[in-house]
Amino acid sequence: MKEVHHKGHGNEHHKGHGRTYKYGMVIDLDKCTGCGACMVACMAENNLPFRKDNTNDRLTQNFWMRVYKISNGRPFPDSEICYIPRPCQHCEGYDHHHHTPCVSVCPATATDYSHETGIVSQIYTRCFGCRYCMAACPYHVRVFNWWDPKWPKGMNKYLNPDVSVRMRGVVEKCSFCYHRLQRARNKAYVEGRREVHEDEYQTACTQACPAGAVTFGDLINPKHKVYKLKDSPYAFRLLEKLGTNPKVYYVSTKDWVRKAGKVFLGNEGRG
Amino acid sequence: MRFFAKFSELDSALIPKGVKRCSFQCFLVWIGILHIPLMVGVVATLMCWGLALNVTYLNNNFPFGLWIAADLGVIALGAGAFFTGFLRYIVKIDELKNIVNFAVVVGVICYAAAQGILGVDIGQPLRGWFIFWHANVHSMLTEVAFCITCYFMVLCIEYFPLILENRRIYKFGFPHGVAHHLHETMPTIAAIGVFLSFFHQGSLGGVPGVLYGRPFAFREGFLVWPWTFFLFILSAIACGPCFTILITWITEKFARKRLVKRNVIDILAKISGRMLALYLILKTIDTLYWVKVAGDVGSPFRSFYANQPYGYWVLVMELGILGVIPAIILLSTKARQNENLLILACLLNCAGIFMNRWIMTVQTLAVPVMSFDKFISYHPNWVEYASTLLWLWLGAIFISLTYRYLPIFPQEKELNPY
Repeated sequence: MKEVHHKGHGNEHHKGHGRTYKYGMVIDLDKCTGCGACMVACMAENNLPFRKDNTNDRLTQNFWMRVYKISNGRPFPDSEICYIPRPCQHCEGYDHHHHTPCVSVCPATATDYSHETGIVSQIYTRCFGCRYCMAACPYHVRVFNWWDPKWPKGMNKYLNPDVSVRMRGVVEKCSFCYHRLQRARNKAYVEGRREVHEDEYQTACTQACPAGAVTFGDLINPKHKVYKLKDSPYAFRLLEKLGTNPKVYYVSTKDWVRKAGKVFLGNEGRG
Repeated sequence: MRFFAKFSELDSALIPKGVKRCSFQCFLVWIGILHIPLMVGVVATLMCWGLALNVTYLNNNFPFGLWIAADLGVIALGAGAFFTGFLRYIVKIDELKNIVNFAVVVGVICYAAAQGILGVDIGQPLRGWFIFWHANVHSMLTEVAFCITCYFMVLCIEYFPLILENRRIYKFGFPHGVAHHLHETMPTIAAIGVFLSFFHQGSLGGVPGVLYGRPFAFREGFLVWPWTFFLFILSAIACGPCFTILITWITEKFARKRLVKRNVIDILAKISGRMLALYLILKTIDTLYWVKVAGDVGSPFRSFYANQPYGYWVLVMELGILGVIPAIILLSTKARQNENLLILACLLNCAGIFMNRWIMTVQTLAVPVMSFDKFISYHPNWVEYASTLLWLWLGAIFISLTYRYLPIFPQEKELNPY
């Protein structure tokens, strides 16, 4: 399998007819405290429904951003834990695959990889709920609407008007708050600009993180923070060896965390 | 009472000449009994459509469950239709004309079941047609949908002349002529069926095989087709005839008479055994190669079987008990001629294929891929079982009606003179 794909090449920035972007994220795991603010912000921003007494249901409660807690498995005093926030990885796929794992399998073309932005989209009104994309995603990013969306009385007034609510029976996933990019583009257009500034397009989870652990931007734009951050010697991506080529990078100075993220260790179920 | 007598008279008039069937009352009781579990299945299906899929035990970790495994399984079991047609009309094994009609009947049920189950499985059934309208040509599921739909039409065309051969319909000139002409074009129709079947059986193998994010299922392959594409074709060919034998045997038990001569059954069993042996050799090579490739991407073989209920026993059961044992029985002339052993081999073979389809879909999802993923097991609930078994009861009714009113077993009169 090929090694890291996005590592800084400014010239990629001007490929093709228009300007191309590769929006991505760098999450500093040394800074993440596991507070869950990113999850809450994501749910509020993207109109994710929830049900009563469903707080601990990780199997049918839908999250676009989910925080995992992992440990090094050692006894006290060597015990260490780490929190891993996991949005959609917006995989690009490597050359020999030519596709994002979830995109190529969708029989109804209800999901797409944008070569202009690097964002994997989902068309809710076209999805007919076969869930093949969920099976294809090794990160459990894609979730299914097992129920009709409902909110407590009055809360529907607080829904984000820029994000459509999803009906039952369709798959949904993190969109890197794509509606914010559309809003930023509109603003830039009105102001006569073609470029969207780094601070004009930030995801809800990035802005909500109190520790500043999440950084978002264009991975191939040298002016953006993520461009340098992703080149850290401590950077890694989840399941790199599979060749999914994700655009979410993690940084951790802890060796065991990097190992846990990169590969499948093979000792699952052994405590 | 007079009304009932009228129906009874009509029933007698529809039964093929020269064969004996149970009384109309007895038949009605049998069909009535089948409607009891069938109604449970109908209720379960309506619950899925009306209340959404939260009534099942499917979840975000297991978007695929019993329904998908059953889908893949019944399509493999229904392969007896195309393969028997291939042997009868293209390879020209003449004896198989005595079972090919029944193989088509079994095929119609299996393919109808596959489509019916999929209609419950998808979250938005009213949008099912999007798979054709917004087709993504890169998706294996698209290929499956197109080929299954087309092949189901082929099966209906193959079944249609049987209806026209009903005693009351056949005496009219036009249906008689249509049935005759359809019989003449059957080799062409069978060839189309073979072509379509090869593709959709293979594409079903491609469904898990292309998932490169899931090292347990992913296989490399030839051009755009993963090795599972070819293995699924071969395994379907190996088990399809066995399922036809099994259903024929069950029908004989209920009818309490022989319907097909032993030499016909023996031909199918022998071919099935050879195909199963070839499949097992290739599957073993594939498994050994897969162990190496999966290890290269950081998924050691032991990790796939680290969590119960998916321990190493799964491999032993699938390839050994449900693979090698039926293959040995089916390859041995002496064992094959022992009816009990033959039926045991057919049962094991069919169970092995179903287990393989379960492994390739449900176990694939159960095996954790991220190192910090927790292993979660899945088992279906009554809604999933009932809506799947619904097709078993519908199939039994369909076979009962077909057997009663249509001449599907050409050797029945000869074997049961009265």
